[in-house]
Amino acid sequence: MVLVLAIGDLHVPYRAPDLPAKFKSMLVPGKIQHIICTGNLCIKEVHDYLKNLCPSLHITRGEYDEDAQYPETKTLTIGQFKLGLCHGHQVVPWGDLDSLAMLQRQLDVDILVTGHTHQFKAYKHEAGVVINPGSATGAYSSITYDVNPSFVLMDIDGLRVVVYVYELIDGEVKVDKIDFKKTGTATSHSAH
Amino acid sequence: MMIADGIEDEEKWLAEGIAGIQHNAFYLHRAVDSNNLREALKYSAQLLSELRTSRLSPHKYYELYMRAFDELRRLEMFFKDEERHGCSVLDLYELVQHAGNVLPRLYLLCTVGSVYIKSKEAPAKDVLKDLVEMCRSVQHPIRGLFLRSYLAQISRDKLPDIGSEYEGDGDTVMDAVDFVLQNFTEMNKLWVRMQHQGPIRVKEKLDKERSELRDLVGKNLHVLSQIEGVDLEIYKDTVLPRVLEQVVNCKDELAQHYLMDCIIQVFPDEYHLQTLETLLGAFPQLQPAVDIKTVLSQLMDRLSNYAASSAEVLPEFLQVEAFAKLSNAIGKVIEAQVEMPVVGAISLYVSLLTFALRVHSDRLDYVDQVLGACVKKLSGSPKLEDNKATKQVVALLTAPLEKYNDIDTALTLSNYPHVMDHLDAGTNKIMAMVLIQSIMKYNTCVSTAEKVDVLFELIKGLIKDIDGTLADELDEEDFKEEQNSVARLVHMLYNDDPEEMLQIICTVRKHIMAGGPKRLPFTVPPLVFSALKLVRRLQGLDGEVAGEEVPATPRKIFQLLNQIIEALSNVPSPELALRLYLQCAEAANDCDLEPVAYEFFTQAFVLYEEEVADSKAQVTSIHLIIGTLQRMNAFGVENRDTLTHKATGYSAKLLKKPDQCRAVYACSHLFWVDDQDGIKDGERVLLCLKRSLRIANAAQQMANVTRGTGGPVTLFVEILNKYLYFFEKGNPQVTSAAIQDLIELIKTEMQSDTATPDPASDAFFACTLRYIEFQKQKGGAMGEKYDSVRI
Repeated sequence: MVLVLAIGDLHVPYRAPDLPAKFKSMLVPGKIQHIICTGNLCIKEVHDYLKNLCPSLHITRGEYDEDAQYPETKTLTIGQFKLGLCHGHQVVPWGDLDSLAMLQRQLDVDILVTGHTHQFKAYKHEAGVVINPGSATGAYSSITYDVNPSFVLMDIDGLRVVVYVYELIDGEVKVDKIDFKKTGTATSHSAH
Repeated sequence: MMIADGIEDEEKWLAEGIAGIQHNAFYLHRAVDSNNLREALKYSAQLLSELRTSRLSPHKYYELYMRAFDELRRLEMFFKDEERHGCSVLDLYELVQHAGNVLPRLYLLCTVGSVYIKSKEAPAKDVLKDLVEMCRSVQHPIRGLFLRSYLAQISRDKLPDIGSEYEGDGDTVMDAVDFVLQNFTEMNKLWVRMQHQGPIRVKEKLDKERSELRDLVGKNLHVLSQIEGVDLEIYKDTVLPRVLEQVVNCKDELAQHYLMDCIIQVFPDEYHLQTLETLLGAFPQLQPAVDIKTVLSQLMDRLSNYAASSAEVLPEFLQVEAFAKLSNAIGKVIEAQVEMPVVGAISLYVSLLTFALRVHSDRLDYVDQVLGACVKKLSGSPKLEDNKATKQVVALLTAPLEKYNDIDTALTLSNYPHVMDHLDAGTNKIMAMVLIQSIMKYNTCVSTAEKVDVLFELIKGLIKDIDGTLADELDEEDFKEEQNSVARLVHMLYNDDPEEMLQIICTVRKHIMAGGPKRLPFTVPPLVFSALKLVRRLQGLDGEVAGEEVPATPRKIFQLLNQIIEALSNVPSPELALRLYLQCAEAANDCDLEPVAYEFFTQAFVLYEEEVADSKAQVTSIHLIIGTLQRMNAFGVENRDTLTHKATGYSAKLLKKPDQCRAVYACSHLFWVDDQDGIKDGERVLLCLKRSLRIANAAQQMANVTRGTGGPVTLFVEILNKYLYFFEKGNPQVTSAAIQDLIELIKTEMQSDTATPDPASDAFFACTLRYIEFQKQKGGAMGEKYDSVRI
């Protein structure tokens, strides 16, 4: 059982002052094995905060990130799964599922994690699973109206990944989960 | 050497004294055991003579005294038992006065006096009065102090207090009070005189020795506080005035500090409250060297705790006008002690402020008053350079923030900014950070333009260069931290009412524009997003109410945004400005303001053309332009054409061929929007795809020429995927034949002699083919489409 935190688009301090307090109290060091971050942190302080949560930190570059050295894309293997990471502003049209599918094929990964739209998404298509953890601070987006702060926690266990999405709605943290199973080369899913 | 000798000598003398006592004690015990009064008196007098020494320091004398004390206890028991020695107490009282030397005589007299009082043959007050007067004969400081201490000890349980068995007729409580007061006064005089007696000693040593004896004097005050009959009246009319009289008149700084402290500790807080004026009146009369602020702080702390203990006592504070009195007293002290350093005065104000915050937290005018007094003091002094004083000022400013978690309260204190003005630039900034942190910590919202104005005035050290300091001097990390804090702060400024919100935005803008090129990249973005959020709020409402000039409209805000972003050109920060212009364009599009959106796009393009030179930055920027443009639905045909033409043109002019290729096929999406009303220009889509294919081919040829081997086929696979995309969307211009051709092309390239094996592109291609197969297997309309594609 490997816990992976997928988080991004915090936009601190240009669009939001900080993570919501309720999220901060939930995210404690030592519980998570990997963090994959879609980008747009934007400042070093946020980087250090995430690094402190978990030393295995993977970040891709968002268009407002202070550190221009983050890579455009990243791939890594966790257990039986190949994961791909990309902020998403590079994939036009923004948020378009089929265009994202192309990126997934290009990176040849089971799970693609992207951001930019600030809207949580988790769906399965032919090539695998695409996850968008949304914006952890609920930052303003030109694409999505009424953004609720959200992040995703993936529990990777063998050929199965359970995706937990945490959303802050009207001051309360709501959790939802989706199951995905990898069979051979393709991934199937069941939603809850 | 001398001192060491001195210590050795002292040890010797003490040992001698103790030996003397023990020697005489032996005979004393024998006398007592055989009920021989005469002998007992003789040996006890000899024993007590050891206490006549002047050679011992207080510490050593105490040891000697304790031994004598023990003997006197036993002697007292003997005296008490008249049957054993056959002498009446009255006769005994007279008999002991025949002792040769005055000190032994008086110790014996006190001892008999104790018995006398217990016998009740005379009123306690008479005996006590006699004894306290007689002790005057001993004027040597140390000897006198211990003698009177002995008197105090033996008399303690025999005072004619109310309810005591020794209470006589008439106002005997006053007699008890008089006795103790007199003993106290005499003891204090002796104590003060200690410093003048004997050879000249080092001041520290002397002070230390004197300190060792201070509790002997202070004990009397404690006794006074324990007398049942001493109520508020008596305390107010007799006890306090007389004690204070002695304290002031003795003009000794050690005594004054200790005794003032003692008074405050020993008597109840309720009394202090009721005698505040008298008590405070003594302070200006004390010696300049007395550390008044500690004593005053103690007093204020005690009173604060008293106030906190129960709500019922609070009205009392108001009734006696405690705050006003304390405030005046402090003012007088500061005035009187001209030599007092600034740090002393400020720490007094800190104590007073703490008092006000604890006791009168609802009286902001009190808090402001203290700050005002502080300003006055600071104005009269040169600019603060003393670290300690600066720390005190920061403590003064932080206290209200911590008490009232709401920044609004601090903002209403009119003197707050004036105090801050007196801090040096560095500390001013630290204080500004404290202010911001307080807002962030308590998640408070600053909700009017007026308050925002005041707040930004307070933190002006962070907002702009104050005369004399240059932003360059600051450490870069620190500077970033500061500016990021200001950026965060912008998000805490909010009001539901759009008009007020607009005012807030204008106020912030006014302040940050003075920040200079180094600060604008930090402060402009949060303000821009704050404004965009307001636009979004207004989108729901009607733009212009008929006939009314409503100030807050999206149009007006966009004008403002234009000006704000333009300021970045002075930095210069073209990439940031470009992103912000695109954000605005999208927002304008959502408001259906075509000309405004077009204007923003123009700005973005101009920046791209003229300012974005770095090739990597160009790639990102062009994708942002394409991505934004793709979402625009407010443009008419002409405008749209102009912009898409520009976008495609710039895409093709990127430096590296692969970048060109990708940007151009991204442009294909500009001509196909999946919405119901969206543009679906299949031909232009295909034109883009073909163009990108040409570029990919050119790139391949270039690779062959320059490196001898072919480049990776990734680009072709990407383009293939785009073909599939539009094929599935139903673009009639994208045929299965074209797809087939592409697939063949890729296969050929991969198998060619000059091909460079690349696992990534192989995997990509494999995935793509797999996808096509998957779609074929789907059957239905999709399966049919893909039927003619062979893989």
